[in-house]
This record gives sequence, structure tokens and C-alpha cells, in this order.
Amino acid sequence: MSTAEQPERHALGFPPRVLVTKIGFDGHDRGSRIVASFLRDAGMEVIYTPPWQEISQVVRLALEEDVDVIGVSSLSTDHLLMPKLMTALAEAGLGHIQVVVGGIIPDEDEAALLEIGVAKVFHPGATREEIVGDTAKFAAEARRHRDQETVS
Amino acid sequence: MTEQAVQLPLPGFETAHAEWRGNYAAQLGEQANPENRSGIAVKPLYTAQDWDPDNYMDDLGFPGQLPMTRGIYPSMHRGRTWTQRQLIGQGTPEDYNARLKTIIAHGATAGSLIPCNSVYRGYDADEVDPLLLGTCGAVVNTVDDMEACYRDIPIGEFSTALNDPSPFTLLALLLAVAKRRQVPWSRISGTSNQSDYISHFVCNHMFFRLALPGARRVLVDHIVFANKYLPGWNPLSVVGQHMQQGGATPAEAMGLTLSTAIQYANDCVARGLDPDEFLPSFTFFFDISISFFEEIAKFRAGRRIWQRIVRERFGAQNPKAWRFKFHGQTSGVDLTREQPLNNIARVTAQAVAGIFGGLQSLHTDAYDEVLSVPTEAAARIAISTQEILKQEAGLTDVIDPLGGSYYMESLTNEMEDKILDVIARIDDAGGMYQAVEAGLVQKMIGESALAFQNKVDAGEQTIVGVNKHRVSEESELPRVPLRPPPAQAIEAQVERLKRYKADRDQTAAQRANDDLARAADSQDENVFESIVDAACAGVTHGEICTRLRDVYGFGDPLIVP
Repeated sequence: MSTAEQPERHALGFPPRVLVTKIGFDGHDRGSRIVASFLRDAGMEVIYTPPWQEISQVVRLALEEDVDVIGVSSLSTDHLLMPKLMTALAEAGLGHIQVVVGGIIPDEDEAALLEIGVAKVFHPGATREEIVGDTAKFAAEARRHRDQETVS
Repeated sequence: MTEQAVQLPLPGFETAHAEWRGNYAAQLGEQANPENRSGIAVKPLYTAQDWDPDNYMDDLGFPGQLPMTRGIYPSMHRGRTWTQRQLIGQGTPEDYNARLKTIIAHGATAGSLIPCNSVYRGYDADEVDPLLLGTCGAVVNTVDDMEACYRDIPIGEFSTALNDPSPFTLLALLLAVAKRRQVPWSRISGTSNQSDYISHFVCNHMFFRLALPGARRVLVDHIVFANKYLPGWNPLSVVGQHMQQGGATPAEAMGLTLSTAIQYANDCVARGLDPDEFLPSFTFFFDISISFFEEIAKFRAGRRIWQRIVRERFGAQNPKAWRFKFHGQTSGVDLTREQPLNNIARVTAQAVAGIFGGLQSLHTDAYDEVLSVPTEAAARIAISTQEILKQEAGLTDVIDPLGGSYYMESLTNEMEDKILDVIARIDDAGGMYQAVEAGLVQKMIGESALAFQNKVDAGEQTIVGVNKHRVSEESELPRVPLRPPPAQAIEAQVERLKRYKADRDQTAAQRANDDLARAADSQDENVFESIVDAACAGVTHGEICTRLRDVYGFGDPLIVP
């Protein structure tokens, strides 16, 4: 492990828990596997699923595994299902979880995703540093929101 | 291969060589040689020490002759250039038909059909979330849909590559259309593009999720059927493209592809088929990355190894069985979202590598593929790129133009060694089927994908606009990505499917469906024949897949961390 990656974890004081998954019909998983390796190498706890997850399966896993961040990989329009996922997470009381999307996302769709509460869209060319750093940041935000919700 | 290996009777060579080395080192110092993607160190200069023209007949021979290094046909691209085959498919069958007519008008000489991802997964339109229908391929479920796809297209005179994984329902539907139009099946030509279930299982999981043993059975039945009724059809395309796009190095991709082909050939032999009859219909499909010389060497080495495999392992006597026919697709992984027009240059370099590598058919990627499903304008540039290379640049004037280059021949030999190493590893694991069941191949590819990404992140592999020469600019062109079909069009198609299911001859459909289940259960019936009968009797794509999964079970990809 390079020393550059470790501080993320120590700064947070906890290992972020991240669900890396694919929804819809596409099965190409080179990207999601690489991202999962990046996050694991940076000391995060990664829950990795095969492609084709139903929205309800993603919500259930997120709940059971108590994740901070969900990363959805979409290469061929499966991101069109994201509004359904965001709604389902909110309904399950998991609004604190930060959701990121990575893959082939047209510009106008990116705007729409951010609008419905997706924290960030990663495009091809995103670096390890960027992915790891942002995920750690989003995990910290998720924990803060969760703890606030618990208090109130 | 060390430089001292060959002693040359060339007067003055040693002295001049030593002088050059000295001068080179004086300018640049002693540098480590960079490695290509397959891990071969590349020297600054290749000479007669690296490849001896005395080996000409053993290493090269002539086009259309053993060992096939220079090409599989005597006239290669002089006689017939490659087929321009662009991948298309989006929306409804009517949308597909319109797009097909456009690309034919722009010069495409053959077509391909990419189905909607819901079709890939083995579902009909009425079984899935309509939001995703037609967003990434054409929604084709019935013989009526297929008829609409090919309206006004003479299917007996047009070569079609179907992206049609096991159990090959799209081909069944196409044959049903032919029957309806009274076009003899013997005139249907093209390729089952995605018949390689092993590559799907390993890499991209775009298969119907018949469990492996079922996919294995249906593939061999499909080959038997094609050999019997479809002389113009290539029932098998072994897909190195998936392996390389999934992360395998060029040498690994070639080795794994050849090992997969060996597996399928063994399965055909086990069924009692004659290699001289089934091998000529085997085809290959490869990725062409931007590692220019490495790709050319990959294809030359692949041809040489394949003819040896078919003759030595399968005893093939038929010269047609020795031909390593392949389609190439420029690599999407090399394209960048940053400064997307740069991708036109990348695609051009990739396409030249494929042409020099001796391909039979070529797909050039649209430059905007990393941004969205390609726009029409970008798809047109991709086709024009091929026309420019073919008609303006003079690339087809000379067969295997890099043949005899010290670098190319030395690299071809080194790639051959690397590829043979991969094949030996798979042989040791009990063949490709067992190697993928055990996760060995998935692990190999995953490691290579990560290693490549690490090189990019470390700046060892330059990607212009990404890790070097970055410029801050927004998109350079107004882009109008193709949008999913309007909701009404999709609703209308789902309605049409429901009507189709309600209006067909229910007795005939039911009988065909039952026959299909019986054939799948039996040991000796040809399942694909029953699939074609079912399609002709009005059974839909989704129904055929469902029925087969009842028998063979759903497969799950093996996730190797």
C-alpha cells in the first residue's frame, strides 16, 4: 500500500464501507472491478456484486451492510434507472448514503443525475487518486448525516 | 533473443553496429527498453541479427500458403478488401431499419445487428423495465420484429453479423423471415458474432445466462445445424475482443482466444464432427489496440499458430481449415472522453494496424463512443476513415507490407512465444472450459487490467489529454447524442408484442415450445433445430430463452476478486 493512500483512512478514523454494483442489463465489469481494487487497496471495506442487481437488492444490501457510499457502474444507459434507486433509498430511510455513478454518462444525463442527488459522476479518465479521495470524502459526509439522523 | 545470438557473415556489420551503439549511448545514455503491452522489451533498433532472412520460408512463406504469416488468401486486400461492418442497433426495429439503410447508402457492404440489452439477457420487451428498452440496441423479440429490421433489404444478398449469443434466437428469427420470404437458407450469409459463450462468461457477462453446460451443448448443436443447412454462415466467432477489452494484454488475448477455439474444436470432435468440415466455418474477432506494431505482430503470430494447431492437434487436411479468418474492431478502451476528436486519430492508427495485420472485416469506432451511444455524424466519420485508408492512402497496394522488417519479424516471433506460453498454461489447467470454471482466466485478465491502469496512473503509459497534454476545454462540437426512443414508440412495440402473442396460432406455438423442451432434455436431438422450428412457429425470443433455462438453469458469472 502506498503511503499516499493510507491517510484517507486514518484521517476519517474508520474504514469507509462502499457498495460497488451494477444495475440494469449490462454485464461489462472491467471498470467496476478496477474501482473496487482501488478502494480496497486504499483500506476501504468494499462490498462487490455481480452485474444485473435489482433496485430492491441494492437497497437491501446497502441496509444490511451499513454502507456509506454506493458506486454504480453504468456503461450502456443503465444509469437511466438511477432515479428509481435514489427514490428507493430515500424510502428505505437510507438518504444519508452518498451515491456516485461511473462510466459512460452523456453530459445532459450527468446534470440530471446530480439534480436527483447523485453526489458525483466519474467519467473515463478519472484517476485512482480522484476516485479514492472523493469516496473517502463522501463516506465522511454520509457518516455525519447518519449520526445527525440518529440524534434527531 | 540476445543480440549476440546470430553471427552474420556481413562484412563490416560488427564494426558499424558497435559504432552505432556507441553513438546512440553517447546521446541517450544506457536506457532501459520500454515494454509493450504484452511485456516484450522493445529495442531502439532491429537489424539482421534479430531476424535472419534465411528463415524466410519457415517463418513467412507466401500469402495463402503455410505458415500463413503473410495472409490467408493469395491476393489478400488486392483481390478483395475487407468488409466494412459497422455495429449498429438502437431503438425499435423500424429505427434499426432506417439506420441500416443510411449506412448502406454511406458505403457499408455488410450489416450487423446489436440487440437491446434486454434481449441479451434473454427477455422479451414485456418482461422488463421499459425505461431501458431500445436504449442500447434494437428490441427484437419476434419474427415480425426481424422482418421490420430488414424491410426492403434483400437478406439473401446481404451479409449480416448478428450479435446473438447462445441460444442464437436472432439467427432463428432471421431464418424464419427467410422462410416467410421464400429465400433459401443456403443464401443466408453472415456470422453468429457472439457465439463464444466462454468469452462472455469470463469477460463481459453479456450472455443469456444459460449455465455453462447448457451453453456448451447449444453451441455445438448450432454448429452442426449451420454446417448442414447454412453454407454461407459462420456459426462460430471466437472473441478475443472481449478478453482484451476486459483487460488481457494483446498476447494474452490471442492465447486465450486460440485456447477457446481449441476447446470448441475438441467439443465438435467429441460430437463426431470432422475437423475438415467444421473448422473452415470458425472465425475470430479481435480488438485492435493502439499499440501499433504489437497488434500487427499479434495477428501475424495468430495466423501462424492457428494453422499449426489445426494441422497438428486436429489433423486438418483441408486448406480452408488452415485459414485464420478474423474481424477486427478498433479498441474503445483506448478512446478518451477528453478532447474527443483526438479519437479519430486513434481509430485511424488502430485501423491501419488491423489492415496491416491482414484482417477480413473491420469495424471502426465512432470518436464519441466514450461519451454516449455514437451519433450519426460520428458513425459516418468512422466509415469514411475506412474509405480514406482504402481508397486514398494506398494501404492495400502491397500484401503484408511490413513482412521482412527486422522489427516486425522479431516481434512476431516474440509475440508467438508469449502466446504459446498462455496456451500451454490453459492446456495445463485442463483446457479452456476448466480454466474458466476454476477462475484462472478471470484472474489473469483482472490482474492485467489493473496493471495497465496502474501504468496509466503512474504516467508510464501516456494517454494524450488524460495524463499528458491536458487542456481545459469543454466539448468542441455540438453533440446531439442519440436519445432513447420516445416512450410512445416503446409502448407501441410492447403492445405489438402482446398482440403478436395473442394472435399467433397458439396450438402450433405450444407444440413447438414443447418440442423444444423435449429436445433440450434429450441427449441426441439437435436443440438449435428445435429453436429454429419454434421461431418459425411464432414462439418469441424470451419464450425460447425461458424454456431453455428451465432445462439448463441460469448461469452466474464467476466473480474473481
